[in-house]
Amino acid sequence: MSTAALLGQDPGWLILVKGLLIFVFCVVCTLMAVWGERRIVARMQMRLGPNRVGKFGLLQALADGVKLALKEDLIPAAADKVVFIIAPIISATTCFMAFAVIPFTGTVTLFGHKTAMQLTDLPVSVLYILAIASIGVYGIVLAGWSSGSTYPLLGGLRSSAQVISYEVAMGLSLVAVFIYSGSMSTSEIVAAQHKWWFSVILFPSFVIYVISMVGETNRAPFDLAEAEGELVGGFHTEYSSLKFALFFLAEYVNIVAVSALATTLFMGGYHALPGLTFTESWLGGWFTLFWFIGKVVSFFFLFVWLRGTLPRLRYDQFMKFGWKVLIPTSLVWILILATLRVMSQRAVSRIIVLGFSIGVVLLVVLVTTLYDRSLAKAKAASVLPDLPPPSFPVPALPGQSIVNHLTIEQTEVVTELENHNG
Amino acid sequence: MLHTSFHLALTVGRTAAPEAVQFWILAPLAVIAALGILIVKKAVHSALLMAWVMVTLAIFYIAEDALFLGIVQIVVYTGAVMMLFLFILMLVGIDSSESFVENLKGQRIPSIVAAIGLGGLMVSLLGRATVSAPAAGLVAANAEGNVQGIAKLLFTQYVWAFEVVSALLITAALGAMVLAHSQKVRSPYAQRDLSIARFRKSSLGDAAGLPASGVFAGRNAVDVPALLPDGSPAPTSVSQTLRSRGDIITSAPFALESIEEQED
Repeated sequence: MSTAALLGQDPGWLILVKGLLIFVFCVVCTLMAVWGERRIVARMQMRLGPNRVGKFGLLQALADGVKLALKEDLIPAAADKVVFIIAPIISATTCFMAFAVIPFTGTVTLFGHKTAMQLTDLPVSVLYILAIASIGVYGIVLAGWSSGSTYPLLGGLRSSAQVISYEVAMGLSLVAVFIYSGSMSTSEIVAAQHKWWFSVILFPSFVIYVISMVGETNRAPFDLAEAEGELVGGFHTEYSSLKFALFFLAEYVNIVAVSALATTLFMGGYHALPGLTFTESWLGGWFTLFWFIGKVVSFFFLFVWLRGTLPRLRYDQFMKFGWKVLIPTSLVWILILATLRVMSQRAVSRIIVLGFSIGVVLLVVLVTTLYDRSLAKAKAASVLPDLPPPSFPVPALPGQSIVNHLTIEQTEVVTELENHNG
Repeated sequence: MLHTSFHLALTVGRTAAPEAVQFWILAPLAVIAALGILIVKKAVHSALLMAWVMVTLAIFYIAEDALFLGIVQIVVYTGAVMMLFLFILMLVGIDSSESFVENLKGQRIPSIVAAIGLGGLMVSLLGRATVSAPAAGLVAANAEGNVQGIAKLLFTQYVWAFEVVSALLITAALGAMVLAHSQKVRSPYAQRDLSIARFRKSSLGDAAGLPASGVFAGRNAVDVPALLPDGSPAPTSVSQTLRSRGDIITSAPFALESIEEQED
């Protein structure tokens, strides 16, 4: 029986129980994620991290949450009150909704009912997640706008531009999964990966998805919407107390959500690692939950690792990367993939498929070589003329005159700067 | 009252009960929001109400078993189009209000006529499509699955229309880009250029950056010039914008009489 049919038989109370379980899962995940992130980043920076509240500091996030709730709740005078209050609510409610279609386990028995740990299954579940994510961004954008001050507005602006650009790349990376699994339903996509994970077959799509999921969740190195070095706190600068806590919650639930989606679409979902398939029937099928959570946790670790390693991108580099690298690459990759798929469906002989693949590889090699060469040529042409190095730090030796040779461009900059500085 | 309207909906439209409940809750809200778009003063509020109307429409589509259409409505309209609108509104400015100056003289009457004409055309088209035409029914339309059904129609019967529309949209997007594009006279100065230029100037006084504003002992506001080691104010420490606006306070009152005074 398909998962959709299985879920269709759930009685109402079971659906409620599942909904509650998902909510609890998300909140516990957030608490653990905050603690885990701080501990891991601390290790990476040779510190200890929170270790005072509870065993290993496990309750630190809880204590911080209580502290946040007890803080004074400020609404700035210049803020647009209604929107200011709605914004965190939008963020915090939409982030949970994506979990409705994530399959946590295979077929299991819950309170005597044969079911799967998945709230519902739609024929378009993956699109549903994209839709929910795009509504969730309203929270950030509106928070930025309604705060009525400059830094949050800039954060909101960046966020909206960021999401529009990176959602395109993300959507294109998902197309490859749809083509290969022949479905947009999460449970069917997981079922289609029982043999080969899509992260192996569709490796380029996987890479593009992972990059754009970091962009979608506003996490380092793409955390331009709340870049603390540039925008104080970005979109949530003016928020305090529980409203800020809601944004905080939303950020971490979103990270778990995109990790869960990555697991579902590319890492075989609740399926065991290759070679360990026999574990899937352990504990009456509940052991699959362990695999699922394990994969989600490793994605979360990746998020933390990125944050601990990479500096933030500059805004223009970030946009260029999205539009000029990710999107064209995805488009070309989908074109190749669709051709291969049609070939395999038409049962074209292996030699032609192999020939096509080799042709594509050769073409890619050729194009990249030519590109590199033209880049090198451009660099060689724009190199500064061979001048004596500027002798600014050292006074001139007797008999030596200091001449700083400037290109026309640089002279222009210098005069402009001199005018500028009066 | 509510009960009779349920009853009415059930008998007239042969709608299922949950769908009728959902309709009578959401439809008035959608209509109120749609009216609100015209009434509210701030452009962002209009945009938000518009987004709400679009989400409600999507829920209606989903309730009508047009799952794909409903979800795509949210992704495309709420997620992308309205987000672009918000982006533009935020760029234009928070307090920009509507201008009632007519740029094109005498366009009001023709535009009203055209709007009414277009409205009439759409109503008559929709009416012809929904009232008189024999409906195949949702079951028949979704026989092969909702997504597959749409895909089949889109890529067989309507593929030409689909391609024409996409060509039109791409042309429009390219046109907008060409019209809005302005050729830059020179490339903007990057950090690197500015840094090189600073070091190649005749004086290296500000090679390491300009002094920060403010006199920390007295005031550290941005409009107070810093004091140099000799006690004289440094005008370059105040931002160019403030200087040209004349918003600059003299730091002379904060200047120390002499260095010795401090050591006493």
